[in-house]
Amino acid sequence: MGLDHSAALLKTPAADVRGATISLQNVSKRYATLRGDPVLALDKVSLDIGAGEFVSIVGPSGCGKSTLMTLIAGLVSKTSGRILVDGLDVQGPIRGAGVVFQKDVLMEWRNVLRNVLLPVEVRGLEKASHLAKAQDLLRSVGLSGFEERYPAELSGGMRQRVSICRALVQNPALLLMDEPFGALDALTREQMATDLQKMWMRERSTVVFITHSIEEAVLLSDRVVVMSSRPGQIADILEIDMPRPRGAEARKDPRFVASVDAIRRHFMALGILSES
Amino acid sequence: MSLDLASEPAEEGAGLSTRWMRLRQGVGDNLPVWGFVTLLLLIWQSADFVFGLPLYVLPPPTVILAKLISSWALLLDNAMVTLVEVLFGFGASVGIGIPLAILIVYSRIFERVAFPLMVSLQTIPKVALTPLLVMWLGYGLMPKITVAFLISFFPIVINSVIGLRSTEREMIFLARSLGASELTTFLKFRLPKALPSIFGGLKIGIGQAIVGATVGEFIAAERGLGYLQLISQVRLDTPLLFAAVVVLSGLGVILFKVVAIVEKLALPWAQLRLED
Ligand SMILES: Nc1ncnc2c1ncn2[C@@H]1O[C@H](COP(=O)(O)OP(=O)(O)OP(=O)(O)O)[C@@H](O)[C@H]1O
Ligand SMILES: [Mg+2]
Repeated sequence: MGLDHSAALLKTPAADVRGATISLQNVSKRYATLRGDPVLALDKVSLDIGAGEFVSIVGPSGCGKSTLMTLIAGLVSKTSGRILVDGLDVQGPIRGAGVVFQKDVLMEWRNVLRNVLLPVEVRGLEKASHLAKAQDLLRSVGLSGFEERYPAELSGGMRQRVSICRALVQNPALLLMDEPFGALDALTREQMATDLQKMWMRERSTVVFITHSIEEAVLLSDRVVVMSSRPGQIADILEIDMPRPRGAEARKDPRFVASVDAIRRHFMALGILSES
Repeated sequence: MSLDLASEPAEEGAGLSTRWMRLRQGVGDNLPVWGFVTLLLLIWQSADFVFGLPLYVLPPPTVILAKLISSWALLLDNAMVTLVEVLFGFGASVGIGIPLAILIVYSRIFERVAFPLMVSLQTIPKVALTPLLVMWLGYGLMPKITVAFLISFFPIVINSVIGLRSTEREMIFLARSLGASELTTFLKFRLPKALPSIFGGLKIGIGQAIVGATVGEFIAAERGLGYLQLISQVRLDTPLLFAAVVVLSGLGVILFKVVAIVEKLALPWAQLRLED
């Protein structure tokens, strides 16, 4: 991808709300398969995400969540529809977005610190300040002292934490996270969610957060997008109108309970959850 | 983010004592092997009294050892010739094979035409071409280098292609989302990922190159270990024949070790997966 083709050059860090805006208009994605009959992964999805908004996506396995994320990132091409990031048509990989993939894709040949610094190296960002930032991030996820270790020496949850640090090191205006906490134990997971919220309140980047935990989605998000499968469509969008920061207390809030309940009912209606 | 999970203490302090333990354990592990080898040598040594085998059929190890010592200059001289053939043949395989693998991975035409052609050519027993090569290239070093090249070339190309293709889709996504150029993607993502597999090819290739050079010398040569074996056979000098085999094996072990050491130095991280 040459520079001129790259659609959305995300804005450099500034004060206040600096997040990117996203607009999906009737976006469909059909994958060709080896067997011949194509898979319709997304069917006419429309969604607008404001600057600095935290949006979660929940839905059954295979409903097209990862596809939606890679489409926004410009990593796969859409079959039809329009995708705008910061008002610009996405035609190739957008640069400057922090992406956490469902697999941690760490580089086995680099130690932890050099994995986190990869974006700095590839994008030619200033070294010294980002080194400090990388070390801060590693400390904040409980991995200080592991800088010199290689990924093969880490547990699955530790690897995932490294890949989260790698996405955050460049201070992205858009953060795309595909089940980033999937490999973490329940306690670490809760702590990481709280930390992510804190960081987001400080940085005000736009976050698209894919998760399979309904509670996590409700706790973190301004809006939760509920998807249904075959073909992947948006079944509902819930506004979560609760004050922040939302801590352990928020989980007992009637609004929290009601939202979680509403999403559960959706999945029951879709036949993904059953009563007994 | 201020997650302070007590960072796991690094278990260092291994140092000398562990290394000594490992050494002792290594010797201990190998004890049965050494014992078995010694037993075999003892049986072999006594074979001529026990079974009445004449010297020219099976010379005892002590006779071979004596031959190795008395004819060391002759053996070394011929070993050098074989070594040169092996190194040139192997060098050509590396110098042509790895760039070809890169072309196959990056170019449609090479992928569609060159690769299938090469895979089908691989079924030709290369040593069977030696008489033809002698006819074309004469009695000098060239035909031996060519056989060594032909026979070590395929494992190197095929392993390199497999390695270069092993980069996961998400890894390429990561590179693209960071705005990495095609060259950066190759140098920082694909190539390091491919190196273990490429070294696997080199390890097979170096052994094959020795086979190629020796067979080349069997067919037509005036110098080299293969030639020395042929002459010893004609003269019924079985001890010298065995001595040549010993030197040839030694050459093989040393060259393999050199590749293995280079690998270890170049890819310290790859060793981690081997340890338990
Ligand atoms: N590269 C691909 N080629 C063909 N089909 C694909 C490809 N990627 C995804 N699909 C199909 O598209 C559909 C959506 O996949 P996607 O990975 O987006 O789901 P998901 O919601 O992320 O699932 P999960 O929660 O399990 O990660 C699935 O039916 C899948 O089989
Ligand atoms: Mg997914």
